Amino acid sequence: MLNVFRNSTNRLLVTIVVFVLSCPISAFATEQAVLGGGDKPWWFWPIVLFFFCFILGILAVMAGVGGGVLYVPLVSGFFPFHIDFVRGVGLMVALAGALAAGPGLLRRNLANLRLALPVALIASTFSIIGAMLGLYLSALNPDIIQVCLGATIVCITALIAFSKNSEKPIVTNQDAISHALGLGGVYWDEGARENVEWTTHRTILSMFMFVLIGLVAGMFGLGAGWANVPVLNLMMGAPLKISVATSKFLLSITDTSAAWIYMNRGCVIPLIGVPSIVGLMLGSLLGVKLLAIAKPKMIRYFVIVVLLFAGLKAMDKGLGLGILG
Amino acid sequence: MDTQANPASRPAKEQVIYANILVIGVWIGLALLFVTYAIYLSGLMPSHVDMSLITTNWDKGVNEYLEITNSPHGWGWTSLLATGDFLNYIGLVFLALMTVVCYLVLLKGYIAKKDWIYASIAFLEILVLSLAASGLLGSGGH
Repeated sequence: MLNVFRNSTNRLLVTIVVFVLSCPISAFATEQAVLGGGDKPWWFWPIVLFFFCFILGILAVMAGVGGGVLYVPLVSGFFPFHIDFVRGVGLMVALAGALAAGPGLLRRNLANLRLALPVALIASTFSIIGAMLGLYLSALNPDIIQVCLGATIVCITALIAFSKNSEKPIVTNQDAISHALGLGGVYWDEGARENVEWTTHRTILSMFMFVLIGLVAGMFGLGAGWANVPVLNLMMGAPLKISVATSKFLLSITDTSAAWIYMNRGCVIPLIGVPSIVGLMLGSLLGVKLLAIAKPKMIRYFVIVVLLFAGLKAMDKGLGLGILG
Repeated sequence: MDTQANPASRPAKEQVIYANILVIGVWIGLALLFVTYAIYLSGLMPSHVDMSLITTNWDKGVNEYLEITNSPHGWGWTSLLATGDFLNYIGLVFLALMTVVCYLVLLKGYIAKKDWIYASIAFLEILVLSLAASGLLGSGGH
């Protein structure tokens, strides 16, 4: 009985997602992008954007990715907004999601402040530089950003598809910096019903990676969960649960600094921003509930395909090839 | 609850305070977004930029858009709070300021504990976020 319900939920979800992402909105939005979106009443766009982001919110939770990484390539590919506005709102979307998730993760001691603070300082500093560089490049020629965004999304897709996380990595030698910063702790693993002690290593190398993560997050307006988790988990050796939760919390700091740069530049138009933020957050809440009855793996594969397509489309758009419409 | 078995698995005090401030802030921020957006769409307050002007120009780069719509950058929106569209910035800015507020509480806690390394990190982060928020970096452009 439960299986029948689960299967029908999966089918329903995929149908909705395919319907929304592939047919009417995408086709219409692409057409409107050519026209500049000027022949529709103003209220049409907030409504379409709200439902689009609502579906993205469900997908993001079920696929285990952040909202920003889906929002920026898909909205820039299928809506008539300039990439400047999409990146500004994309950061606000990722920021709002991270702020909402933060309290629960901190209280359960899964997001670790001692681990997050040093890397957040590096990532947020460099996300400012990334944001300024991104805005400078798009002022020169927005196609540069489109092509680079597309290439980045294709790489992210490969990372999501092929990276193998480690549940509880073994750290034999804590390095001196990790020791001085007190990076480590204990958390309660509900599944295994045990306390798990953890610590980290390779701190210098990991901090360098957060320089790159900050730059990319700021330049393209992407939340950086896709990069935070592998670095925290595979490179630093933090347990997967700690890495995922700390990564989500980290976004609330990294994205804040980059979001300020875009917001001060005027890249957040409320007519676009508010329905995106609210739609994605409500979708995420529903996604958490659906997670219990649907098969996230199937949704994950679907999201990987959609992301790959969005990345290729961004490259196609930036290069002006017109192969993907 | 089993977490009682090992006090080390409980979150640190400053972590709980951070979470408590954040949860209140997020709900206030979302409520502000919702209310100000409703005011904006209902037309209760006049808009600085006409809706049709937005939809015909949002495919242009930000510098061109700001010029056409005569919109401010940086903190210039504060002088336009009597308009429905820029009223929405209250909720957006409130959410973006939450992290700085939480860090101020953290800084106080780390100083009280004489944890100078983390107090320094928190202080530097406040500086970075304040600099980003100030509008001194890259808010020009037209």
